Amino acid sequence: MNQFQYVRATKAQAAIDVVAKDPNAKFIAGGTNLVDLMKRGVVTPQKLVDINRLPLAKIETTGTGLRLGALALNSTVANDAQVRAQHPLLALALNAGASPQLRNMATVGGNMLQRTRCTYFYDLTMPCNKRQPGSGCGALEGINRMHAIFGASSTCIAVHPSDMSVALVALDATVLVSGPKGDRRIPFGDFHRLPGDTPEKDTNLEAGELITAVELPASPFTKHVHYQKVRERASYAFALVSAAAALDIDGNNTIKAARLALGGVAHKPWRLTAAEQVLVGKPATEESFRQAATVAMQGAKAFKHNEYKLRLAPNTLVQALKTAAAA
Amino acid sequence: MKMQEKHIGASMNRVDGHQKVTGAAKYSAEYELPGMSYGVLVGSTIAKGRITGLDTKAAERAPGVLAVVTHLNSPKVPGFKPVGKDPSQPATTGGPLKVFSDNEIRFNDQPIALVVADTLERAKHAARLVRAQYAKEAHQTDMKAAAKDAFLPTSAQKNPKSPMADYQRGAADALQKASLKIEQEYVIPTEMHSPMEMQSITAHWEAPDRLTLYDKTQGTIGTRRDFAREWNLPEENVKVIATFVGGAFGNALHSWPHESAAIIGAKVVNRPLKLMLTREQMFTSVGYRPYTWQKLAMSATPDGKITAISHESIGQTSTYEEFTESTLAQTRMMYQAPSLSTRYRIAALNVGTPIWMRGPGEATGAFALESAMDEMAHLLKLDPLEFRLRNYTDQDPERNRPWSTKYLKECYQMGAERIGWSQRKLEPGAVREGDWLIGYGMGVGTFGAHRGSAHVSAQLLPDGTAVLQCATTDIGPGTGTAMTQIAADALGLPPEKIRFELGQASFPQSGSQGGSSTVNTVGQAVQDACLALKDKLRELAGAGNPAFASAKKEDVALASGYLTLGSNAAARVPLADLTKQPGAALVNVESKPTGNDGQQYSMYSFSVHFAQVAVHVLTGEVRVRKLVSGADAGTIINQKTAANQMKGGAVGGIGMALMEHAVIDDRYGRYVTKDFADYHVPVQADAPAVEVFFVNQPDYHVNALGTKGIGEIATIGVAPAIANAVFNATGKRVRELPITPDKLV
Repeated sequence: MNQFQYVRATKAQAAIDVVAKDPNAKFIAGGTNLVDLMKRGVVTPQKLVDINRLPLAKIETTGTGLRLGALALNSTVANDAQVRAQHPLLALALNAGASPQLRNMATVGGNMLQRTRCTYFYDLTMPCNKRQPGSGCGALEGINRMHAIFGASSTCIAVHPSDMSVALVALDATVLVSGPKGDRRIPFGDFHRLPGDTPEKDTNLEAGELITAVELPASPFTKHVHYQKVRERASYAFALVSAAAALDIDGNNTIKAARLALGGVAHKPWRLTAAEQVLVGKPATEESFRQAATVAMQGAKAFKHNEYKLRLAPNTLVQALKTAAAA
Repeated sequence: MKMQEKHIGASMNRVDGHQKVTGAAKYSAEYELPGMSYGVLVGSTIAKGRITGLDTKAAERAPGVLAVVTHLNSPKVPGFKPVGKDPSQPATTGGPLKVFSDNEIRFNDQPIALVVADTLERAKHAARLVRAQYAKEAHQTDMKAAAKDAFLPTSAQKNPKSPMADYQRGAADALQKASLKIEQEYVIPTEMHSPMEMQSITAHWEAPDRLTLYDKTQGTIGTRRDFAREWNLPEENVKVIATFVGGAFGNALHSWPHESAAIIGAKVVNRPLKLMLTREQMFTSVGYRPYTWQKLAMSATPDGKITAISHESIGQTSTYEEFTESTLAQTRMMYQAPSLSTRYRIAALNVGTPIWMRGPGEATGAFALESAMDEMAHLLKLDPLEFRLRNYTDQDPERNRPWSTKYLKECYQMGAERIGWSQRKLEPGAVREGDWLIGYGMGVGTFGAHRGSAHVSAQLLPDGTAVLQCATTDIGPGTGTAMTQIAADALGLPPEKIRFELGQASFPQSGSQGGSSTVNTVGQAVQDACLALKDKLRELAGAGNPAFASAKKEDVALASGYLTLGSNAAARVPLADLTKQPGAALVNVESKPTGNDGQQYSMYSFSVHFAQVAVHVLTGEVRVRKLVSGADAGTIINQKTAANQMKGGAVGGIGMALMEHAVIDDRYGRYVTKDFADYHVPVQADAPAVEVFFVNQPDYHVNALGTKGIGEIATIGVAPAIANAVFNATGKRVRELPITPDKLV
């Protein structure tokens, strides 16, 4: 690991000032991903600004919904009574991720900012446009079993690894950030980027911008929700494919509203608005779910080793919907 | 005479359990020596070619760096002879890869430099600063492409009686003529041992010709031999200490380049040097279960008698060592097939050398054989258990001689009851619970009940403690505990009065811990040493008490601080009298098989594994709901540690069946799975309740204890049991492991 400076911030603005001015400085919160990346030499910040002492860990119900402080721990959010009552889908997604030890360290903001787990990104001897722009994409013609089927580009076919973000994009969350130019709100769906020709940029955060909170609007999805995560083992693995499903179903088993998203399929958590529309007004049956899944898969494109995702993704979505409807 | 409490067979707690769970147990990277230095290896980033330039200046200038050792400046290792013309002959030691002796690259991540610094962190940092240039050559890491150049191992070319040689019995054209037959190909990917403790060594030159190694090894004697040869030292000048080994599963049965490198580094800086591989290096540097392609054809009569089997196998090896294993052994002796042929080949790739991984070749071969048995049973519309019973062998069909013991039929029956085999439906896909399909499968394992030679010393100390010593290691099965139980029974002392010391090459010598042979070999030596010690005590007592001089050793007993004679209540000699003279009550015994039982009988352990799995209809996820593993392994010395071994082996089999898969990107000849995020082993949630049972019938042809060995059969046959259960659940036959959701969805 390279030598680096470490400073502990006590005020958000001071932290922002340091990182905005210094392109080699980075915020550190739980560090569950950043420290790994530093150990491997994938990222080599010269300065770490520890933001853990900032007062950004609160979870509170506001007039419009629920606000999660950026430093709230994944385990705290997953076990929070307000979250479980108002947004049980989020709790399910959080608990599907990582391990209890990691969830006890990882924060809301850090979870969103974790980097892809693409093996070419991690191996300094391999090409990777995300790590080293212009070096090529190792996965494109390489081992791409875990890679994207939506929104990939010729420069990058990596996927975003977060489970939590899949639920947040489905639930229409908003990201609150503070930066050198002041505060702004970013709809969750616009927070992460597709790779395009700048795969080195995972998100639309500007230099020095700090995530302060995530807001969730009040929603009717308190009962019929499910997060289905498919992986090779029963726990502690990144998703081959995951699906977040939230349904509002009336007394006649008719779907009034739906929220759907997939994980493990794209460079960002993959919201499925067209598929949601298919469901509205339909009976909550496997047939409707299959129709929505078919629409959800429009535009999907597989590479050499991930063709299975074209079958697994719609199946996972159907399974998530079935389980959500029965909940 | 009062019966002694019997310790053999009891579920005694591990003698070192408290040390292990409290952190008191010291592993090879945990020895702290004054002036310690720390080594970090830099690996090549190409798979084949030559180093044309090395820039170590930045690393050498980095803070705390003591040395950067490369092929350009490495001291000459006297035992590194030029690479031999015959790769089947392990050239000298350290493995035939002579680290830092030339500029040739034979596999990706081959050590090209050792950075030594005063702290681990500084060594790690400096290691990043080493730059290399290469003249790349075309490499081959793809077994599918290399298989066409597969060859008969040199050992078999030289010796037609080698177990690796082609084998044929019965009619060579039996399969051709048969009408009811199957022929399928099966693939096992490269799998990694993945022990919890990564390979580590602390090398200390105590004098220019005296070397001490705290090393992760399964064989202290082999390690001592290898490195004594490497440095032309008398063996007694090399100390090897491996008191605790944190799992190995076979990968510490070989001396590896990192060990040679650490010894060279310690010589260069003239300080003790500690080197621990990273988890990433564990994937490239210390062996693996080789990728193996197999083709198995089988014919049978309509009433379910196998008429012929042919089984071919091609396993991978490296370009500089020929690794072979007994992939086809089980096929030759497990079922009554009058016509049978096996053909074993290896193919050389630009990779590190493989090494036996638990169950070794037998586990690989059993995947093909036991899957094929299931396929044939399905074709015949027969219950797979019934099919196996119809082809049961009451004597060894390979060598035409009786089994020493075989209680496999009993295992079948006990296992079938425990798993609820009667609920299995003949037609696949017939049982569904919600979104899950349920299936049952079985697989059989066998492994030779090997007994070698071992030396053990036994001494009675004045405080009444018996101390036994042996160079054997304990890589986790609980060797020290089992030996304590054997000694307690043999001496008639409580286990608290026994101290079994192991894991040092300076102790009386034994083979490596591997091949399920430790209890068979060392266990018997312990018993023999204890009986010899009793006789020695009788002899010592006889000097002052004629009753003892003429007594039979069987009648002598140790009781409450006295040596007593069963037939003579008056004859009592205080043990304290016999141990007064230092070294008097000490014996050193060599124990090895005698007689010709080994020629008259075929000696094997047997196991059967029954699996119940659930497969999700939409996602293709497989969950093992229940495993029942049973063994005919002779006398069970410790029910608890033996069951623990069986459970560990079964969980290893789950990994093999469902997730373990090391992948190389052949464009670079480099692993893309090099940590536990990409290479999956089972987690707690993947391990179901494993129900273990033992037949527990002694086999006195193996040794006087009646043991046969457990370690390997715990894994052999588990993967096909799960694969067969997946077929029973879904009707899908997966012949290339692991059975991941993408293959079922």
